[in-house]
Amino acid sequence: MGIEEKAGNLGVVTTSLEYVVNWGRTNAMWPLLFGLACCAIEMMGAQASNYDLSRFGMELNRASPRQADLMIVAGRVSRKMAPVVRRLYDQMPEPKWVVAMGDCAACGGVFNNYAIVQGVDEVVPVDVYVAGCPPRPEALIDGIMLLHQKVMREKISGQKEQPVRLQQPLIQVK
Amino acid sequence: MDNAHLLATLRERLGTGIIAVGEHRGDLSLTLAPGAYYAAAQYLRDDPDLAYHFLENLCGVDYLGREPRFEVVAHLVSLRHGHRVCLKVGAPEASPRVPSLTPLFPTANYQERETYDLLGIAFDGHPSLTRILMPEDWVGHPQRKDHPLGEEEVAFTFNQDSIYARKPFAKS
Ligand code: SF4
Repeated sequence: MGIEEKAGNLGVVTTSLEYVVNWGRTNAMWPLLFGLACCAIEMMGAQASNYDLSRFGMELNRASPRQADLMIVAGRVSRKMAPVVRRLYDQMPEPKWVVAMGDCAACGGVFNNYAIVQGVDEVVPVDVYVAGCPPRPEALIDGIMLLHQKVMREKISGQKEQPVRLQQPLIQVK
Repeated sequence: MDNAHLLATLRERLGTGIIAVGEHRGDLSLTLAPGAYYAAAQYLRDDPDLAYHFLENLCGVDYLGREPRFEVVAHLVSLRHGHRVCLKVGAPEASPRVPSLTPLFPTANYQERETYDLLGIAFDGHPSLTRILMPEDWVGHPQRKDHPLGEEEVAFTFNQDSIYARKPFAKS
């Protein structure tokens, strides 16, 4: 009654459990439904029909943290909002990932002042930073693809990869 | 209703309570003594010929280096006459206190809380004067001109190691 009728006898496929689990996780990530500032508009654009994030299994934005496993921090995090973001993160079930979308979420952006947390990585552990003010939907999708690659490299024990540090500056001054 | 008529009416009523009078782009503004501020607002609201029923805006200003350092500015609008008047009252730096307009205009409630939160001007007679925008445990009043901006050093590749060493990264 399924693919085996059309494709004939497929036999047995062997693979590692780690691969299958990670593959399943990448293709059904459900982001948490929230936006904090202007970046959220681009996030909505990425999910709308032009860019269509649902190609990657992410058409559902869950309004409850209990049903989400990806947190896209889209916008600046004010000091008053920071405890709320952390609480939402704590309420999400494991495994969970965080994308810091935009300059504000990544490092404070143009708001280098008392009211804005200088990077949401002070509040929640960030997996992927997406640069731009705001990042275009392509950039967000690229960041999510990067996250998928990262998830594929995860160990079955649940260990996350250590962050990658630049060994030398991108721009060399001679 | 025009400015001259309104000013004459208020002069008659408040006398020396009016410290200074100004006009900008056709709008009358009165700087009032702290004792006359509430009375003026009440008179403007309750007098049937004036009927300034709508508190359009209430905010604070910090004139650092001047005494009185702070000023509370309220705009009243009479929808009947299509006319606006601006009331200003100074508050000294040592103890900035101003009468609250919330008993007259309920809409002043949040605006006075905001002024208190950001400038530290206390409003006598306000039902619950607490912070509204900043976190409750915040120290200081950030819109004061002598409040530090609180910026942090920006990380580039040449200095990121020293900055990241003391940045409070979140644990998972
Ligand atoms: S990075 Fe730019 S677009 Fe995004 S929240 Fe900050 S200011 Fe808005």
